Amino acid sequence: MITAHHYLAVAAMLFGIGLAGALTRRNSILVLMSIELMLNAANLNLVAFGRQAGWEQGSQAALWVMCAIAIAAAESGVGLALILAIYRHRRSAHLDESPPLKG
Amino acid sequence: MLRRLVHCALCWTLSMAGVAGLYILAGAEFLGLAQLIVYVGAVAILIVFAILLTQRRELLSIERLTAGSWVTGVAVAGLVAGCLWIGLAYTRGLGGAGGASGGPALETRELGELLMGRYVVAFEVAGLVLTVALIGAVILALPFEQPREASGRRADRPAAGEGWDARRQGGQGA
Repeated sequence: MITAHHYLAVAAMLFGIGLAGALTRRNSILVLMSIELMLNAANLNLVAFGRQAGWEQGSQAALWVMCAIAIAAAESGVGLALILAIYRHRRSAHLDESPPLKG
Repeated sequence: MLRRLVHCALCWTLSMAGVAGLYILAGAEFLGLAQLIVYVGAVAILIVFAILLTQRRELLSIERLTAGSWVTGVAVAGLVAGCLWIGLAYTRGLGGAGGASGGPALETRELGELLMGRYVVAFEVAGLVLTVALIGAVILALPFEQPREASGRRADRPAAGEGWDARRQGGQGA
């Protein structure tokens, strides 16, 4: 039987993979993808606890997951536009070659 | 290990679909389908387009990690995930089950009533955030204007090597 433990274990692994990618990679698109993985791990935790409480009581968890998905979509849109703008200045999408962000 | 960025993006899409499957398995069908639409349908396409627009041919493959960064990243991530795992192993009392294991599924009607009733402010703010993000992304992605257009001299495009600094100094000199 699948319990909340299993969901939380998967979420912990997902978070670890995302953290490793965000820490080691230099390509900004890969870092963005890793951050999305970590966000999904958090959402998976919320879903696990909503299921644990029974969805009649836990439907607020689903609400917060909806909000988190909306915020993540906005974040990835703005992040990719930023990557595009920086690439146009620098001809590179690597994080350690990004422009000096000063006025 | 995958060496091509596009393959990484496709595998990322696959893992997002897997998370959507886990949502559906937990009894939250609406969330799973929303995840599928947002991530597999929209964000994945966005990422693939960003890869195609920003990567030169020689950058399309991922650089190999140096040993130091490899060890550091895996150590930190393993530490965090291990701590989570240990905390999980010592937790008792999470035996309840819903969704596919026999419990009640998430009622979409109830979710909609919450969104339109008690939490309508959160709903509206999420819509506002998405609108602002849309406008901001369009403004950020607009073509870069050459700073010396008005001075009469034809601004030639800088070579691939020089970047932001050289163009800025040129703009100040004109």
